Amino acid sequence: MADTYEFSKEELEQIEKIKSKYPEVQSAVMPVLWLAQDKFGHVDSDVQKLVADTLGLPRAHVHGVATFYTQYYKEKMGKYVLDVCGSFSCQVCGAQEIIRHLEEKLGIKEGETTEDGMFSIREVECLGACGYAPMLQVTNDKYVNHLTKEKIDKLIEDLKAGKEPEFESMPVVYHQTSDS
Amino acid sequence: MAQDWKSFKPVLIPNIPDLAKIDVYEKNGGYSAIKKILTDDKWDSQAVISEVKEANIRGRGGAGFNAGMKWSFMPEPDGGPRYLAANGDESEPGTFKDRKIFEFNPHLFIEGCLIAAYAMKIDAVYVYIRGEYREFINMMDKAIEDAYKKGYLGKNILKSDFSVDMYTHSGAGAYICGEETSLMESLEGKRGYPRVKPPFPAQKGLWGRPTTINNIETLANVPHVINNGASWYKSIGPENHPGPVLYGISGHVNKPGVYEFPAGMKITDLIHEVCGGVRGNKGIKAIIPGGASTPPIRGDVIDGVTMDADGLREVGTLMGTAGMLVLDEDTDIVDVITRISHFFDHESCGQCTPCRDGTGWLYKLMSKINNGEGEMRDLDLLIDVCNKMEGRTICALADAACWPVRNAVERFREDFEAKCKKTVYAVA
Repeated sequence: MADTYEFSKEELEQIEKIKSKYPEVQSAVMPVLWLAQDKFGHVDSDVQKLVADTLGLPRAHVHGVATFYTQYYKEKMGKYVLDVCGSFSCQVCGAQEIIRHLEEKLGIKEGETTEDGMFSIREVECLGACGYAPMLQVTNDKYVNHLTKEKIDKLIEDLKAGKEPEFESMPVVYHQTSDS
Repeated sequence: MAQDWKSFKPVLIPNIPDLAKIDVYEKNGGYSAIKKILTDDKWDSQAVISEVKEANIRGRGGAGFNAGMKWSFMPEPDGGPRYLAANGDESEPGTFKDRKIFEFNPHLFIEGCLIAAYAMKIDAVYVYIRGEYREFINMMDKAIEDAYKKGYLGKNILKSDFSVDMYTHSGAGAYICGEETSLMESLEGKRGYPRVKPPFPAQKGLWGRPTTINNIETLANVPHVINNGASWYKSIGPENHPGPVLYGISGHVNKPGVYEFPAGMKITDLIHEVCGGVRGNKGIKAIIPGGASTPPIRGDVIDGVTMDADGLREVGTLMGTAGMLVLDEDTDIVDVITRISHFFDHESCGQCTPCRDGTGWLYKLMSKINNGEGEMRDLDLLIDVCNKMEGRTICALADAACWPVRNAVERFREDFEAKCKKTVYAVA
């Protein structure tokens, strides 16, 4: 059964504002896909249709864009998508152990979603937190750095209780010099 | 020169609390460079470009091209719009430096954009930031909003006749969008397929109009050049690759992180003095100095090697983004290179056949060898695949995928051979 999707009046106003940032309406595709995904949790073909119709663009074009970029969910995902960075800095700091621990804990494999629709696990490419490896990102939003099994256990518990992680500022470390 | 790095005081991400707040930035001399330019007749757009060119800020996104020179490629204004795209895609594995500017010194970057916009007569600046950096995009949006409120952005900036707008644009997970023409396609709301050059962005960029693309860190260097002069800038680090650099160091070191020091730092100083040495006091197997696409070098060649274009060329590698990965002696280098090949296979946009197919071949071959299923002849096949990819595609992603493989097979041959089956082909 297909869900019906629509934007609210406020969202349509927001879309107008987005369009005004660019000389051509087509540039609004990515930000409006983001807006749609934040609202609906994914951009499946029905949502893509809504975005295309709202912007007056061919549906094929919006589909082409949505399928090019990995952060857009083309199907329903878990409420919390755990994107574990697997690129080299995280790799050599234990990313695979983190993925295995998550798999055991949640009873699913990488690439799958739990039956209750709460969690998905994905191994993704470099997230730009190389000095804080291993790490993961929760549903395209907050980074959780310096992962350990204990930290993962705590995260899963918190998420089950509806408590999302806070932004972790990773401070710049200044070299201690003899004269400072 | 590099010897006095210990007394160097950071200028891109200085140790000033709350510098990300516009008032604090102003109190610490912020926005003085743009004020100087807008009030002093000496600073016409040509003078700004000359000064920046003279400073030789080498692009911090990886290519290392003189930023002022790039600016000088912009054609004369013809009345139509002109654009600056600031590249904060930052997706090269090992690279996590621009986020420090977004979080800790966004106004320095905005001021750099203002100076660039003034010099090149830009109408709008688009700050392209990778979609995963949602928090950092929010920080930039806030900084831009504050700059508008204070009259540093928008119409008639500081009551002059100079006007420019600035917007952020979120990516959505595509490494290729850090390639400048792909970034423009993405900003135009398309799949991020790199464009054929020529025409170059300065001739035909965003929406067919003259456009310059600079890295975030590159632009953050600009206000200091205007405030202190090109000769001051060139007094930092090596003559041929001057200025401060944000070194992002990860892997097997005790204190990984982003550190600001002059260009030309010795790799060994970065590892042992800055990062507190290798974890567990182990030896060093390899260094990947500037992101996944820069060729790995052996730990036994790094003594005395400096992090700048010339120093790294001598040992057959590149500066890239200065996002350096340190691998200890127990690292399985074949496993690391396999993961790099996985990355490029995943991130190839699929537009050019040699890259679309070649990155898959490299990954499959690397996996085969990594799993102990490879044969010695697969090592030759890897090189053969590289030969058929390099220089045969629209953008440099195919080359970037080949360099780590090609160089690793050559430089760590014994590790590859150790994983290969010693098949003997009997002649019947």
